Amino acid sequence: MIKVVFFAALREQLNCSQLSLSSENLATVADIKEQLASKGENWQQVFASNTLLSAVNHDMVNSDQAIKSGDEVAFFPPVTGG
Amino acid sequence: MTKNSYPEISIQTADFSLADEVALLEQDNAIDGAVVTFTGRVRNQNEGKNVTSLTLEHYPGMTEKSLEKIICTAKERWNIGRVKVIHRIGELHIGDQIVFVGVTSKHRQDAFAANEFIMDYLKVQAPFWKKEASKDGINWLDAKSSDESKAAKW
Repeated sequence: MIKVVFFAALREQLNCSQLSLSSENLATVADIKEQLASKGENWQQVFASNTLLSAVNHDMVNSDQAIKSGDEVAFFPPVTGG
Repeated sequence: MTKNSYPEISIQTADFSLADEVALLEQDNAIDGAVVTFTGRVRNQNEGKNVTSLTLEHYPGMTEKSLEKIICTAKERWNIGRVKVIHRIGELHIGDQIVFVGVTSKHRQDAFAANEFIMDYLKVQAPFWKKEASKDGINWLDAKSSDESKAAKW
């Protein structure tokens, strides 16, 4: 299983803070985005954004990042701390 | 030295005391002659709006990891002694302290540069998000491209 978490505006747009996916047929972060985008209109909009950031196991990554069962994958908007 | 046991990162809802943080940076630290601190506070205005409060969300675990990496890079690039980064989360009001970065070094140039570097990278890499309340409602803040270019200059 892969744990997927969402933060800030994304979490609110999706009305979802986390979910689990079977790692079958999911090789990269891009595969997860594609699968989630098919969940509905909200999801399609969120994953079409070109400012969306991704992290795997707490490290910022690109969409071609490989994933495996047990990973924690996060999606969030550009950060605005400080 | 006790450098390694010094707690460098704190993510907290509570306020912090600048005087206490400076005292900790200086305590038993006679080799460093420079102490540079930065404190960020909630402003009453942002992009023409009168701000009433901010709510800060973060990604627990990744926040600490990303700050550790930024501090580690700063230590590789400059000859610095102690580092402390505090970032508050939760609801904050006008004038409240949000963030603290303190750096010590033997001479001032290293501490000045490393402090600014840490702050610039925190702005674009550490997973914090601000939600702003004003008369116009409640909105998530957009990232500023000027913050990206400030970090890129390093």
